[in-house]
Order: sequence, then C-alpha cells, then structure tokens
Amino acid sequence: MALDKIGIAKRIAKELKDGYYVNLGIGIPTLVANYVPENMSVEFQSENGVLGMGPFPFEGDEDPDIINAGKQTITTLPGAAFFDSAMSFGMIRSQQVDLTILGAMEVAENGDIANWKIPGKMVKGMGGAMDLVASAENIIVAMMHVNKAGESKILKKCTLPLTGVGCVKKVVTELAVLEVTPNGFKLLERAPGVTVDEIIKATEANLIIEGTIPEMSF
Amino acid sequence: MINKKVANAQEALKDVQDHQTIMVGGFGLSGIPENSIAELVNKNVKGLTCISNNAGVDDFGLGLLLQKRQVKKMIASYVGENAEFERQMLSGELEVELTPQGTLAEKCRAAQAGIPAFFTPAGYGTEVAEGKETREFNGKMYVMEEAYQADFAIVKAWKGDEAGNLIFRGTARNFNACMAGAGKITVAEVEELVPAGELDPNQIHIPGIYVKRIFQGSNYEKRIEQRTVRKRD
Repeated sequence: MALDKIGIAKRIAKELKDGYYVNLGIGIPTLVANYVPENMSVEFQSENGVLGMGPFPFEGDEDPDIINAGKQTITTLPGAAFFDSAMSFGMIRSQQVDLTILGAMEVAENGDIANWKIPGKMVKGMGGAMDLVASAENIIVAMMHVNKAGESKILKKCTLPLTGVGCVKKVVTELAVLEVTPNGFKLLERAPGVTVDEIIKATEANLIIEGTIPEMSF
Repeated sequence: MINKKVANAQEALKDVQDHQTIMVGGFGLSGIPENSIAELVNKNVKGLTCISNNAGVDDFGLGLLLQKRQVKKMIASYVGENAEFERQMLSGELEVELTPQGTLAEKCRAAQAGIPAFFTPAGYGTEVAEGKETREFNGKMYVMEEAYQADFAIVKAWKGDEAGNLIFRGTARNFNACMAGAGKITVAEVEELVPAGELDPNQIHIPGIYVKRIFQGSNYEKRIEQRTVRKRD
C-alpha cells in the first residue's frame, strides 16, 4: 500500500544521522521533526534565522518574535541560536547544514528539481528554495510520485521552471525510495505492498532496477 | 556620542520622496517596522520600489502600502499571503522581482559591506540567472548578483540607544540586521530606546554607525501570521 504523508516523513527520518544539522522545508518535510530516532542529536535550522528549533509553544506562550520559515510560532531548545538572514544563508551556502529536506512538484533523472512556479498560475516566489538546493550537498525530496491527474512527477526532464539543476540526491515518495545516480534514477526500496511494476508504471523516467528491491522498513 | 535620536516616525521619514527605493526589514510580519510603514502610508508617497522579503498581508505590513497603490515595484522572495498583491501583480499594476531569499539577504549585506557584487550558486540554470554573468569556481557554477542601491533602509529592533546601537530579539532579527546601513539613510525604530551607556557594548548586534535616525515606536501590534501551538497535557 502506498504510504501517507506521515509514512514518507517516517522513512525520511531514517536518513537522519547523529550530529546532523537539518533544514526542513514546508509540508511533509516539517513532519520529519516528529520522528527523530531516540538517542540521536539532530538540530533543526530554519532559514529565517534560528538553529535549535523546538516544538510548537504551549497555548498562551506564542511569541511573535520567535517563528520558523513557515511563519509558524515555535520554541527553541537548549543550545539554540538566533542570527540574521544573511548569516543564515551563509551557513547554508557554506554547507554547514548537513541535510536539506524539501518538497517538489517535479524531479528529473539528472537531479533537476522544480518546486516554485507553475506558468499561468499566481507565482508566490521561491523563498529560500533556490539557495537551499543550489548549496546543499545532501538533498532529499519528499513528494508524491504522481499528481492528482495520475501523471508522474518523476520525469526524464522537468517541464516546469527549474528551482535548481543537478542537485537532488534522493527522492522518497508514497511508492518508493529513489537515488539519483549519474545514470538516472535507481530504485532502492518500495513501499510496503507496492510492487516494482506499480512503481515503473507511476514513473515516467527510466528506473535502474538491480536485483530484488526490498520493502521499506521503519 | 553622536546622537541619532529623533522624535518619531514622521521626523525620521521626513525626506522620503516619491519614486524612491526603500528597504524594509522583517520576515513575514515578524520584526517589521510597524510605525514607519504607518508613516509611509500617512505621507502617501507614491511610486515606491520596496525591497523586503515578503509583502505583508492584505491589511498589515507592506500590504497597507499596496492597498493605497503606493508601491510601483516589489522586490521580494515570497509574496504568498496577500490577495491585493496578487490582484495588482496579475493586472500588471505592480512590477515584481522575485529573488531567492539568500540572494536577497546577501544583496542587502553586500550593500551594507560596500561590496558591489558577489557570486552565488542560487538560481544557476534557472530563470533567475537569465541575463546575468555566470562563472565557474572550483568546478561549480555561480551567478553574479549585485548589491542593492536603496535610498532608505527602514529596520526595526527590540532595543536601541541614542547612539543608534541596535539589539534584536529572536527571529525578528532576520533582514533587519542585513539592511541596517544598506541604504543611503537608515532609519531604525525600536520597542525601547534608552540613553547611550545603558546597553552593554558586548551585546550590540548592529553598531550605531549604520543608523542615521532612531526613534522609539509605539503601539506595536506584532501580529502573528501562523499561530501554531500544542495543548498542555
């Protein structure tokens, strides 16, 4: 069965490593913070200028001066720090941030990503996405494999305006975990109960399939 | 001590003119210079180019300037929460330059630091890089971006002193700290203005040299855009 958003977040949480600084995008990536394995120290960065982001505040404790990049009220954890926007993107560009997890409208087999603009529709802006994808060494995309019309979003070539080129390393969808290799998408894992054929059908890009593809474990 | 104190927003912004370029600090509605925005609305200056990460919401922040059609061009990274903005953009009344957030911050910082241009990887291979110089450094491609040139930079801090020194609070530091000194004239409004000597020099985030005029703001609403909470057990 295909995963729900929480399932995708749980699977991505398995990519976290002790000592990682992580930037989470809006949407499914934000959920990853709920599934950090116990006994693991991970610090979350939000690009509006905070490291050491904690959970939402208790009712009544909201502080308009303490928000995340989604403009949500947050708290900070011991060891947290605030800084300005230029320093925030400085640490992103200089790859102090170990892992970036973000959503996408399309990804391509060369690692291109499109997630900010649909021609003909109101464009809200790229926010920090272009800086993040152009800078991060380790980018995992959390996304749905197909759109609402059933069309694949895992493509040979992106059709939408790009956010970044050749930058995505791994994709986790409701159906599969894919790695971006120099030769294209390699199928690493399938969602529980999902067959390799189903994944191939849902994927416009070619898939490199070697041996038996294991089911995801959580 | 060089005294930067002025009485209020009216005095601080007395020489803002039509068609000028104005940087405005804040991220979303957090850390926006509320008093100064109200004064720009009051002055009814027109044809402004605003550089700010966001464009406020319909009835708060820079949305107030948009409502009165005072903004000719908006330079921002994300403008998602504003219906009037959308209407003006789609009708062509409002010119919009979308810029990656880190590039926007660095274009401010470069102006503050006297650096005319820099190379960033953000936007390489995308429409953001169209028409811009690109160059390879150590095997990776970068786009050249130029520092902003603004007539005014308007920032908001938590505390300040009469010498113009600023201290920010929480994530309200955001673009405020990058924009201070990045315009020809920097105006700072603060929640609490104290005499020189009362702030610990070790704790200053922005030294007063970057600030031309400072005043104590009043009636801060500090509106929260996305109130997210958890229940107490």
